[in-house]
Amino acid sequence: MTTTVNFNLNGREVTVPAGITILEAARLHGVKIPTLCHHPDQRVKANCRVCVVEVEGQKNLAASCATTVAAGMKVKTNSPRIRETVQTILELIFANHPQECLTCIRNGNCELRRLAADYGMLEVKGEMVTDALPLDTSTPSLVRNPNKCIKCGRCAEVCHHVQETGVLYSHFRSVDVQVAPEYGKYLSDVACVLCGQCAAVCPVGAIHEKDDIASVWAALDDPGKHVVVQVAPAVRVSIAEEFGQPPGTIATGRLVSALRKLGFDRVFDTDFTADLTIMEEGHELLHRLKTGGALPLMTSCSPGWVKYIEHNYPELLPHVSTCKSPQQMFGALAKSYYSQKSGIDPADIFVVSIMPCTAKKFESQRPEMNASGHQDVDAVLTTRELGRILKQAGVDFATLEDDAFDDPLGISTGAAAIFGVTGGVMEAALRTVYEVVTGQELADVEFTAVRGLEGIKEATVDLAGTSVKVAVAHGLGNARRIMDLLRAGQADYTFIEIMCCPGGCIGGGGQPYGTTNAVRRQRIEAAYRVDAGLAIRKSHHNPAIAKLYEEFLRHPLSETSHHLLHTRYKNRSLYKLKG
Amino acid sequence: MSTPHDSANSVFRLGLFRDFPTLMHYRDFGGYQALANALSGSPEAVIGEIGAAGLRGRGGAAFPTAAKLQMVRDNPPGVRYVICNADEGEPGTFKDRFIMTHIPFQLLEGMAIAAYAVGAAQGFIYIRHEYPEAQETMRRAIAAARAAGLLGADILGSGFSFDIEIFSGAGSYLCGEETALLSSIEGKKGRPRLKPPYPTQCGLWGKPTLINNVETLANIPPIVDRGSAWYRALGTADSHGTKLISLSGDVVRRGLYEVPFGTTFREIIYDYGGGLKQGRLKAVNIGGASGVVVPPWELDCPLEYDACGQRGITIGSGAVFVMDDSRSVLENVRNRIDFFLHESCGKCTPCREGLRQAGRIIHKTLAGEAVLADIDNLERYTRTMQNAAFCGLGQAAGNSLISSLKYFRDDYEAMCRDQNQAAPKEATA
Repeated sequence: MTTTVNFNLNGREVTVPAGITILEAARLHGVKIPTLCHHPDQRVKANCRVCVVEVEGQKNLAASCATTVAAGMKVKTNSPRIRETVQTILELIFANHPQECLTCIRNGNCELRRLAADYGMLEVKGEMVTDALPLDTSTPSLVRNPNKCIKCGRCAEVCHHVQETGVLYSHFRSVDVQVAPEYGKYLSDVACVLCGQCAAVCPVGAIHEKDDIASVWAALDDPGKHVVVQVAPAVRVSIAEEFGQPPGTIATGRLVSALRKLGFDRVFDTDFTADLTIMEEGHELLHRLKTGGALPLMTSCSPGWVKYIEHNYPELLPHVSTCKSPQQMFGALAKSYYSQKSGIDPADIFVVSIMPCTAKKFESQRPEMNASGHQDVDAVLTTRELGRILKQAGVDFATLEDDAFDDPLGISTGAAAIFGVTGGVMEAALRTVYEVVTGQELADVEFTAVRGLEGIKEATVDLAGTSVKVAVAHGLGNARRIMDLLRAGQADYTFIEIMCCPGGCIGGGGQPYGTTNAVRRQRIEAAYRVDAGLAIRKSHHNPAIAKLYEEFLRHPLSETSHHLLHTRYKNRSLYKLKG
Repeated sequence: MSTPHDSANSVFRLGLFRDFPTLMHYRDFGGYQALANALSGSPEAVIGEIGAAGLRGRGGAAFPTAAKLQMVRDNPPGVRYVICNADEGEPGTFKDRFIMTHIPFQLLEGMAIAAYAVGAAQGFIYIRHEYPEAQETMRRAIAAARAAGLLGADILGSGFSFDIEIFSGAGSYLCGEETALLSSIEGKKGRPRLKPPYPTQCGLWGKPTLINNVETLANIPPIVDRGSAWYRALGTADSHGTKLISLSGDVVRRGLYEVPFGTTFREIIYDYGGGLKQGRLKAVNIGGASGVVVPPWELDCPLEYDACGQRGITIGSGAVFVMDDSRSVLENVRNRIDFFLHESCGKCTPCREGLRQAGRIIHKTLAGEAVLADIDNLERYTRTMQNAAFCGLGQAAGNSLISSLKYFRDDYEAMCRDQNQAAPKEATA
């Protein structure tokens, strides 16, 4: 088998690996071909047709995303015929697209608008035929604007073939084609888990996070409010991308400075409650092992995953840890422990979360999340929203000095830092559980078997003579495979970590646009660097956590812990039938 | 159906076109001798004979049939299928329905021979939902063939087994596109798939699949029975055999005609169709909805793949629609664009949005509201559809437009406001 092929690209003989498409081959040789429906991690759709090229001997233009390079092929990517075709296709898309670029949430990062600029679109010669379909604002997490949809199918692809939630479909035909939930239902009426992966891959503003910046500004501007902020572990390795820096840039210190500049009264760290989650969840696992509770135990940090199991496998809910997610634990502590310590009335404390996740907005509004008598978390901003609010505030992120989190909810460990990546919660839990069970110090804290982008990872750990088998899955398609094994009684695991989004939170639906597997790898690598660079790398060694137990919670799984930090999940049907 | 030439030179079993066709009648006329011949020889011999006959697909694409059979045959051993594409949906085309309702056994025999050639044990006939009588006739014919040992296990005691099921389409023109048809049988949306892989390698449920039009498959028995030399003698040096022509419009004798390749379109209209009923010939639409509109002076072109190809004429499924000078070419084109806009699956941008914009401009033109620049845009949108649409439907949807702009541009321009003193006045506020 030959592993390379030679072909002629724009008059030049080039060599490329065999089996790749013209699009990939062109990119290898510095030739940019425009794309819209193409996504490097998705299957080829060839819907939009803006990537057409001329292949000598073929009557029609070929979609470069769907045409494999053959030896001896002669390809042109730039000719009057190609330019006219691409410009016309863009014009056709624009004729059916609201001309609201200046007031669109994707202003500045819209793939269609970028192409329009590249191709010098000065006018739409056809007739404007925009749609006037209702917006779907039914959920706290996402807004779907079908009028801006260009029918590229990227959202439906991720919904079906990555998450396997099957919420977004392509319906109808001809100009009536819509990518939407079935029967024109709203996202709130179907088994959407609000993971936002659809929004993350949408090239335009057809589906996006619900923007909650205004409510955060209102709180910050209210002198009667004590506004505290927490930042999820995955945000520190991605926020710099919003300011043009490469993926995997670690920006923890600058992130703290930036939040201070925004006017938050205290800048805390979700990593603190990630450590707390390990303490509670780790002890929950030990408790279940001792008392014969439901095993395997499954993690509950990822709200998209929790909503997914509530919809799809409610009978397996007893396996899910009763621990709230770190975000919600933080909110509950901010309005109890921190309120007591600071002497501030919890009614006056406003908790803002910075999350890589759109489902966190939904989670914060779950009615049961109010253990202190107040809503645990008041507002959630995604990484993308944080980027926008910092720009509104005129924060020059690139030039900021590093700053440190506030006490006491700002001290954390390396174990917490890796919560943002797939396998991170498992690894953090094993570091603690191992030492608690064996009473011995763990020499090598890195459980590399649970790291990486493989869909399902397994490991076996020896705990004082007992072999414990664990599994890690990320992306709901992989979660489904584990759930099916479990339901069939074929899963011999003790502990299972599941993260809703591919790659874990670093690949969350609220992360900067342009997230691909390549970008995920860079963010993952950065998260492990954060871990390796920290002095304390085990949650149970976090002095602030020890102090929290001593002063307030007493011990893991205590009554106070149960009241504030644990919860129950519910059975949701797959479909909400309207009366 | 009537033909000026004798039945000895006919591919189709004449004399059977009355009442309900029976297997006995078909066999009286030599039916099923071809299958017996085929089964007594090798599959390679069958493919060789069809190849020697030069049979090309009659659904519109004109792909060499033997090459397609060979591609399916060349796959590693395993399950494979034969599908008869009877989703005839071109407006003005009715040849497949005729074959199914009048000579169903010729189709079944052709499918069985094709199945033997490629090594398939299962076949499907994808019949459009709007053809209930054809579905019924085919069902009865399948039952009769099965009862006579001409379908099912161990056909004619040869050890070869092959059976056929009817699949009713769900009513979309696009399902005639072979990959959309596969998706439709598989229970998915009738939308085209990426090629490659081609159905000959990865077709129904991922298995190698032969998909041929009704007329193509019905051509196989006479070729196997009477030989490729006889078949080749029927046509021209370039195009062999005969073609079924669905003749409609303003002619005296509308109907289905079997004509040998090489016959000119003028002969089809005047000799077979008896000329125009009244008025003068304005234009002829050849090849159905996705075909072209040509003026009278192009009619001396023979019905032949090369000759037509050189003139940009698409034989397509063999529809010929005659327009006298009382008709408007623009209205005819508008109807076809409206048809395609309705039938587009909406998957790709050029087809979905290009047809929408083209339709807008034609309607505007007919309303006297277009300007010359609109016609240029119409041409550009159509070129884009032809150049860049995902599947054959979208690529061909603009054929009538491009050809009408080539031959009848004056008709468009005459309707434009800036060419017409009597243009409607702007409404004043």
